[in-house]
Amino acid sequence: MQFMLLFSRQGKLRLQKWYVPLSDKEKKKITRELVQTVLARKPKMCSFLEWRDLKIVYKRYASLYFCCAIEDQDNELITLEIIHRYVELLDKYFGSVCELDIIFNFEKAYFILDEFLLGGEVQETSKKNVLKAIEQADLLQESGESRSPISIL
Amino acid sequence: MVPVPGRLKRSQTSQLKGYLFISVLVNSNSELIRLINNAIKNDLASRNPTFMGLALHCIANVGSREMAEAFAGEIPKILVAGDTMDSVKQSAALCLLRLYRTSPDLVPMGDWTSRVVHLLNDQHLGVVTAATSLISTLAQKNPEEFKTSVSLAASRLSRIVTSASTDLQDYTYYFVPAPWLSVKLLRLLQCYPPPDPAVRGRLTECLETVLNKAQEPPKSKKVQHSNAKNAVLFEAISLIIHHDSEPNLLVRACNQLGQFLQHRETNLRYLALESMCTLASSEFSHEAVKTHIETVINALKTERDVSVRQRAVDLLYAMCDRSNAQQIVAEMLSYLETADYSIREEIVLKVAILAEKYAVDYTWYVDTILNLIRIAGDYVSEEVWYRVIQIVINRDDVQGYAAKTVFEALQAPACHENLVKVGGYILGEFGNLIAGDPRSSPLIQFNLLHSKFHLCSVATRALLLSTYIKFINLFPETKATIQGVLRAGSQLRNADVELQQRAVEYLRLSTVASTDILATVLEEMPPFPERESSILAKLKKKKGPNTVTDLEEAKRERSADVNGGPEPAPASAVSTPSPSADLLGLGAAPPAPAGPPPSSGGLLVDVFSDSPSAVAPLAPGSEDNFARFVCKNNGVLFENQLLQIGLKSEFRQNLGRMFIFYGNKTSTQFLSFTPTLICSDDLQPNLSLQTKPVDPTVDGGAQVQQVVNIECVSDFTEAPVLNIQFRYGGTFQNVSVKLPITLNKFFQPTEMASQDFFQRWKQLSSPQQEVQNIFKAKHPMDTEITKAKIIGFGSALLEDVDPNPANFVGAGIIHTRTTQIGCLLRLEPNLQAQMYRLTLRTSKEAVSRRLCALLSEQF
Repeated sequence: MQFMLLFSRQGKLRLQKWYVPLSDKEKKKITRELVQTVLARKPKMCSFLEWRDLKIVYKRYASLYFCCAIEDQDNELITLEIIHRYVELLDKYFGSVCELDIIFNFEKAYFILDEFLLGGEVQETSKKNVLKAIEQADLLQESGESRSPISIL
Repeated sequence: MVPVPGRLKRSQTSQLKGYLFISVLVNSNSELIRLINNAIKNDLASRNPTFMGLALHCIANVGSREMAEAFAGEIPKILVAGDTMDSVKQSAALCLLRLYRTSPDLVPMGDWTSRVVHLLNDQHLGVVTAATSLISTLAQKNPEEFKTSVSLAASRLSRIVTSASTDLQDYTYYFVPAPWLSVKLLRLLQCYPPPDPAVRGRLTECLETVLNKAQEPPKSKKVQHSNAKNAVLFEAISLIIHHDSEPNLLVRACNQLGQFLQHRETNLRYLALESMCTLASSEFSHEAVKTHIETVINALKTERDVSVRQRAVDLLYAMCDRSNAQQIVAEMLSYLETADYSIREEIVLKVAILAEKYAVDYTWYVDTILNLIRIAGDYVSEEVWYRVIQIVINRDDVQGYAAKTVFEALQAPACHENLVKVGGYILGEFGNLIAGDPRSSPLIQFNLLHSKFHLCSVATRALLLSTYIKFINLFPETKATIQGVLRAGSQLRNADVELQQRAVEYLRLSTVASTDILATVLEEMPPFPERESSILAKLKKKKGPNTVTDLEEAKRERSADVNGGPEPAPASAVSTPSPSADLLGLGAAPPAPAGPPPSSGGLLVDVFSDSPSAVAPLAPGSEDNFARFVCKNNGVLFENQLLQIGLKSEFRQNLGRMFIFYGNKTSTQFLSFTPTLICSDDLQPNLSLQTKPVDPTVDGGAQVQQVVNIECVSDFTEAPVLNIQFRYGGTFQNVSVKLPITLNKFFQPTEMASQDFFQRWKQLSSPQQEVQNIFKAKHPMDTEITKAKIIGFGSALLEDVDPNPANFVGAGIIHTRTTQIGCLLRLEPNLQAQMYRLTLRTSKEAVSRRLCALLSEQF
């Protein structure tokens, strides 16, 4: 996967995860164009479209559009399921997730995404394992260990 | 940036927030990375899986070159170490993958590669998933290193596919066992050619199971279930197509896709159309794909979603072949009328390519292209209309039709500029072919073109000016009118330099040059050498690396690899095949002299040896070709898949010069290219041919020229034979054609008045001097064309000599070195019976006979 974008019906970007190195300017340009293209699609149209030299897979959940850009040889249907799995994970974690949850807890959303996908590839497909890992990280944060290696900075 | 390290330091529990900050906000090239790298190193070294995991995530998220330099050596070790936790192994694998993608040179292959392959057997499916992704990417650049993964992947895959739904527990997704892993394993298998029989058997079983499962009723109504199941199915089909070796599987896959073509869900229809495109290029399943043509055409007409319609167009293009070309092109044209503007250019290119490739009848091709211009003129790029002009010039039989069609099309009140360009060019070259008809007389043609003149862009006007000067040459009666136009102030003082220059020069040329010189300067365009269709190149450029044509070539390359060893390059798929070979019945020249010895005497034939001294029998159909050249001097003499021979000749009295052009139609060199002129024993003393040797190496796509100096010593009946031998690839090629040097080439037209004609006619009244032939007309009996042929034959056409105006009368002198022979001819047509009577009277019997025979063939 090259990148994943989450945006609302009004075109506001809620989450962006880039798996390829691009400059800020390019990212903004791509986001703008893609958001326009996807928002222009009608409801009954199919979930795939060709854009530049990439394939775009998108799905709308309530007020949020989940949009992934994959390469030519990647499997589109499985990407749809990646999106769905991610939504399931969010749902399980936040309990009936809605857009507000993602806005206010975006760092959790990113963590969950990182446990699920890494470097653009699916890492762990077991829902249990992903959620377990997130729980552990949460615990770590809450317990507030004093010996944090990052203090060496 | 300064407060950041402070913040990280102060809030110790914000390690996670710190990493998040880094991965989301810090640009790959930030200097802060160096500081961060240190911290990461420490985290990696700690044995705490959470810290290690976080560190790996950070590396994977940023993935900069500095990080790669720092960690690319470490991570493989972590990956294969026995005591690493599963979750860390997963992260390590994907982290390595990310680093490899950004800096492949910094990730060296090593001992760890074989251990990574064994991760495919790991218990933890998460580890297997991550490892499979890693291996798939690495294997593309280093296939040898990871060859062993193929059998492991195959067995893993079959275990998953055949497992019950409770086996894999949490890895079962809506009743589909480990769909992501299955898809990845299938993708890994696509990096390699079909495996050895042992593994292949198991793999085939596995694929069949997947195909079978697709037919079973679904275990859940949820769309997730069907999506996951179908994701595996589509990937399996991709693998089947990639292997392209099991006809049974291919046909099954095709049928499955056929079912999906009419599925309720748009997504599945879209994917089915897409997958079928690749299936269409496999020889095993091409026929099966064609059976769905009606469904696809229906989809094209009724689908609401433009992207699905676009896939349907692509599929039609891929499945097109000779049997359904006309239907498909017609459908694509009607779709074009309502198509989205963004995709029009691509459709135009595709239609142009299909029309050319599968044209049996070139009139259809001309119609299609003109339709294209009419429907979507703006999107018809230059390559397309250049090509149609090239083809019309190269093929005589379609020139008249093209002129007529273009003339009619131009009469439309609003026609596209591209049509004016094409029309202008074609009428300039071939307007004479329709000038006989009063509705398309020269003046009418000129007025028609000129009426569009002011509406056109500069480039088109320049082209039209060239057409006007050609008209002056073809139709002297229009000279005054056209000169008037050229002389107009708007041309001679035109702001555009090109137009002004052309107007001035053409005006001068028409005033100063005699008709001969004008005729030479503005002679008909010689045929173009065949080369790769630029349209194909343009389409490839537009579509990018994954067009169907590319897939075909890639397949061919891959199969060459699998078979091992160098193969002689097949006739390149890129050079446009020439259906004219089929039209004229020439076919491919026989590669080795295996045929029966030819009938004309005096030729060297050695049927059993492969030695270069043997001469191939005359290529079939060379008689027809020969006849075409009796009345004209330029054209394509012979063409097959490899070679094209063009001629251009000029004659003066008893001397002549012929330029023979040999065009290499392939992209491979011809070696030891030797053309030889062979004159039979009877011919030898009467015709003298001199030529210089030709360069024995002819590069791919190149054209070489040979000059032949001809002298007619005395009258002759037979024709010399041109024999060409060369090596192409590993094969030895041998082609023979008759060279159209005929007696009438040395015919000089003589004008004479009616009295003189009848005087001489009476003088030549002895029976040996007259030869008469009554024959059925082979071609339509058109007066203009007949006149043109007689003039082309070399004779002067005498008007008002014969009391019957329908008859044609001609006179001329045959020049030889030794003597000059006067010839008179009279051609009487009988339209009702569609027959002719031709009478030839010359002072020498042999000449009369030969000329009569030659000329009779022309009508």
